[in-house]
Amino acid sequence: MTTREWLLSDNPVSRRQARLGQSYRTWLDFRRNGLAMFGLAIVLVLVLVAIFAPWLAPHDPLIGDLRTTRLLPPLSEGHLLGTDDQGRDILSRLIWGSRITLAVVALVVVIATPVGLLVGTTAGYFGGWVDTVLMRFTDVVLAFPKLILALAFVAALGPGIENAIIAISITAWPPYARLARAETLTIRNSDFIAATKLQGARPARIIWKHVVPLCMSSVIIRVTLDMAGIILTAAGLGFLGLGAQPPQPEWGAMIAGGRNFLVDQWWVATMPGLAIFIVSLGFNLLGDGLRDVLDPRRRT
Amino acid sequence: MLDVRDLEVTFTSGADEVRAVRGVSLTVQKGESYGIVGESGSGKSTVLRAICGLAPTSAGHILLDGKELATPRRPDFYRRVQMVFQDPYASLHPRHTVDAVLSEPLAIHRFDRRDERIAEALSAVGLGQGFRFRYPHQLSGGQRQRVAVARALILEPQILLLDEPTSALDASIQAEVLNLLDRLRAERGLTYVMVSHDLAVISHMCERLMVMEHGLAVEELTRDDLRQRRAGTPYTQRLLKASAGYTREAT
Repeated sequence: MTTREWLLSDNPVSRRQARLGQSYRTWLDFRRNGLAMFGLAIVLVLVLVAIFAPWLAPHDPLIGDLRTTRLLPPLSEGHLLGTDDQGRDILSRLIWGSRITLAVVALVVVIATPVGLLVGTTAGYFGGWVDTVLMRFTDVVLAFPKLILALAFVAALGPGIENAIIAISITAWPPYARLARAETLTIRNSDFIAATKLQGARPARIIWKHVVPLCMSSVIIRVTLDMAGIILTAAGLGFLGLGAQPPQPEWGAMIAGGRNFLVDQWWVATMPGLAIFIVSLGFNLLGDGLRDVLDPRRRT
Repeated sequence: MLDVRDLEVTFTSGADEVRAVRGVSLTVQKGESYGIVGESGSGKSTVLRAICGLAPTSAGHILLDGKELATPRRPDFYRRVQMVFQDPYASLHPRHTVDAVLSEPLAIHRFDRRDERIAEALSAVGLGQGFRFRYPHQLSGGQRQRVAVARALILEPQILLLDEPTSALDASIQAEVLNLLDRLRAERGLTYVMVSHDLAVISHMCERLMVMEHGLAVEELTRDDLRQRRAGTPYTQRLLKASAGYTREAT
């Protein structure tokens, strides 16, 4: 029996085989979508580049030579994407900057998604005053413009990449809460929840084991599609000088640094801009592809 | 064993009030199979849901072995009373394997020997061990309903509430599931309360039955009354007439 047959078997003989088989089927669905695979490739490259940054970067990202390598154009010898006003190699800075970008995205997801899921499923499952209190609070947070609240937060806590992450997370969870609540409302009156109640399950078990797995796919899709926005917000804070602080090679801050010579030395601001653009596009394509395979309305 | 006295169930949403059940009483003896018949919307399923605490009782009493049931129901109630739902496509979690469905009640009630109990439950409902790690979408309607029966039986209850357990299934599968339920009752000495709009199913399964209309109990009949078509009220006579085609084939 080949691995493929083992995975696609209609008679799995263990929990693990059933679970792996299910994932493999999802993967087969996903693989058929060319654009989504392209998005996945971009995201994978970003992850690999971030992991292997010290070996991939040809130069030091923080220290340049002000006498010989200042503002070299792209394709100069030894500097594929040129250098910035302090003589630093832009390619190396982009490579090291991918670590910051990835860290921001990962931390925001780790903080915002569970909060949104917890608030949304709890509100949706219990209904009544619990729902009213939680959702009005969500509405209040949702009413703040994202970047402005992040700005206020960073201004209060002081600039820095950690505070930028906290600020973005605080503004990122309400949409997940609303989404999870809407999904929960459609699930909570279904027979399989009633059947679970009849087995004596408590609300915590029902929410965690029965409601959350069904909300998960739409939340994952939404989070992936939001990644681009998160990267842009982080870059925006960096651009305004409220995110990563110099000399950290954060992409938004790099654009801000290149702003002064945009006309004569266009590459200084353009290269990090392209990096942000490509990574955002990658996450968006990946999100679209995930929606096609995971959307609960398409498969039950 | 199970006593329902003057049960009333009222659903309120805003200013609207729907009195789904208006004073229904019934008594089910141990080992008996009791049927509730009526048209759609007559409140027959609501009676079942009220017994197991899924629908709110606005008045009346529900007694198990002479003791009033607490609201919300206590964990030991669920070990004695279980329910099988109408639609097997809606009553199984789409992301849980059969194994997960059957292990959950065992985990909640801290049963031992879980692997053996799951294997026993599967063979009791006529499913092989090959079904254990399948997802609901890999099962047919009849197989799903068998899983739902296995889930209800795995806690070894004494009373099984059956809410039209076969109405969502094909005719041939219906007979299979009904025979399964009959066999399980004989083997385990279970008590059934079965809701159906199908008089043929009820006369096959139940010794006594109650006819409901608009949330009221119209009359109580025995299986013989039903077979000889001795109905006391015009409504039941109409119901018998409407299902005449079925009754002749079944009896």
